Amino acid sequence: MKKIEAVIRPEKLEVVKDALLDIHIAGMSVSQIMGCGLQHGWSEYVRGSEIMLQMMPKVNITIVARDERVDEIIDCIRAAAYTGDVGDGKIFVSPIEQVIRIRTGERDGDALA
Amino acid sequence: MFDTGTSAFMLVSTMLVALMTPALAFFYGGLARRKNVVNTMLLCIACVGIVGVVWVLIGWSLAYGGDGENPFIGGFDQIGLLGLTQQIISDSSNMPGILTALGDPASVASVDKLSYPHAIDVAFQMAFAMISTAIMSGAVAGRMKFGPMLIFSGIWVVIVYAPLAHMVWGGDASFIGGVIGALDFAGGDVVHISSGVSALILCIFLGTRRGYGALTYRPHNVPTTLLGAGLLWFGWFGFNAGSAFAPDGIAALALINTLVASAAGCFSWMLVEYFTTKKPTLIGAATGLISGLVVITPGAGFVEPLSALVMGLIVSPICFWGMSRLKARLGYDDALDAFGCHGIGGIVGGILTGVFCVPELSWTSSGGLIYTGSFDLIISQVLGIVVTLMYVAVSVSVISFLLKKCCGGSLRVSRDEESLGLDVSVHGESAYPAFLGLD
Repeated sequence: MKKIEAVIRPEKLEVVKDALLDIHIAGMSVSQIMGCGLQHGWSEYVRGSEIMLQMMPKVNITIVARDERVDEIIDCIRAAAYTGDVGDGKIFVSPIEQVIRIRTGERDGDALA
Repeated sequence: MFDTGTSAFMLVSTMLVALMTPALAFFYGGLARRKNVVNTMLLCIACVGIVGVVWVLIGWSLAYGGDGENPFIGGFDQIGLLGLTQQIISDSSNMPGILTALGDPASVASVDKLSYPHAIDVAFQMAFAMISTAIMSGAVAGRMKFGPMLIFSGIWVVIVYAPLAHMVWGGDASFIGGVIGALDFAGGDVVHISSGVSALILCIFLGTRRGYGALTYRPHNVPTTLLGAGLLWFGWFGFNAGSAFAPDGIAALALINTLVASAAGCFSWMLVEYFTTKKPTLIGAATGLISGLVVITPGAGFVEPLSALVMGLIVSPICFWGMSRLKARLGYDDALDAFGCHGIGGIVGGILTGVFCVPELSWTSSGGLIYTGSFDLIISQVLGIVVTLMYVAVSVSVISFLLKKCCGGSLRVSRDEESLGLDVSVHGESAYPAFLGLD
């Protein structure tokens, strides 16, 4: 099993969520984060003085899936979150040791959708 | 006996002015950093506390007591407001001394005696003192020790505000209002220039925030700032119209001018932002609104509405310049722009009152430049402002210096306290504890 973490633009969250639903991935955790990469911050003006903001708001989607579904999920997220501009984000894949469903006690493969 | 309309009007005006200090807490609170918001707002509310106490004990008497003959100070005859209740009981109908202390021939001419209970004046002016003191907290946000700021505020009311109120509004013998002949309808000089410049001096003594210029400082809650600005705007109608001390045409003029100047200020600020950064902001519009209110305060009952419009249009670019270019160039850390808005706006308004004052409405024999062609009033206004600046500069410098000595050499909190934020380190209270709803 693998954990797939995708850092994407906030405005792409709905698109990615719908796309994942289309390939029958219904479970995910979403959190708001601030981050930066190649995309440098932007400037705001407060009463005439310029403020440079280095950290941009992004969204982190975390999905745990079976190994055989990982490639499908990555392609799906890439397609949905893509704009072509710097700042589209990244996807990270890491191994997961155990998965347990709290309600039934099912483990590993059975606990994943 | 008392005129019920006037009494009711003055009572309500007092309540409106009293609203302004909590409103300022919201205005400044939204502009402050998240970790300092409790401290920033509490400084304003604590002013209600401190000034209320000091005003009763000695402030009112120093500002408005005495026989009106002293050019600089009132007297000590009304300390603790001890005689007030007896006065109310025995029907204080004929108080010529108090009328001269109000220094307002325009409304004196229309009434032979005080048309409303004297006690309302005490309350009305107390509310003025509260908002004046609270304004200064904007310059010291984020780094000043709390106790010393309260002490400073209490001393400031006694040493700076009360004498200044007397010097401007103390009647014919008063130094700035009577002798120099400078006009100040509702407190552009007494409230805004004094608090704005005091704030500037205090923040220079205090020093800049750690990382000033290198870090980024954003208002943490823009809607809260607008809430404060809106409530301030509402209260300001009591501040300006109530300073007519009668529900008459002058009050109506002051109300119109307040509305017009604030609108013009708001509009003008958005124009300035559009032409400089292409993006008008809510903070900018709110600040323009307040700047317009400040600029009309010295002249609310003296100028025509069209003049108020011009004053509002003029003040925003100037305050905008003051808050951005001037502050950056000179390097002082006026955190929430107390000087930039109130100090600069008050000075601009005071001078423009000398330009636009309608001669028939003036409290002295001088009228504005555009009506009389004479520079007399402008010169009086400038002189009055200069005297105010000198008095404030000297007194606040001395107070700050002594206070700094008494606080072990520094008015600032420690480095660690400043990085953690004053809310947690000084007050042990966070503004938004359940950030994610985890109670």
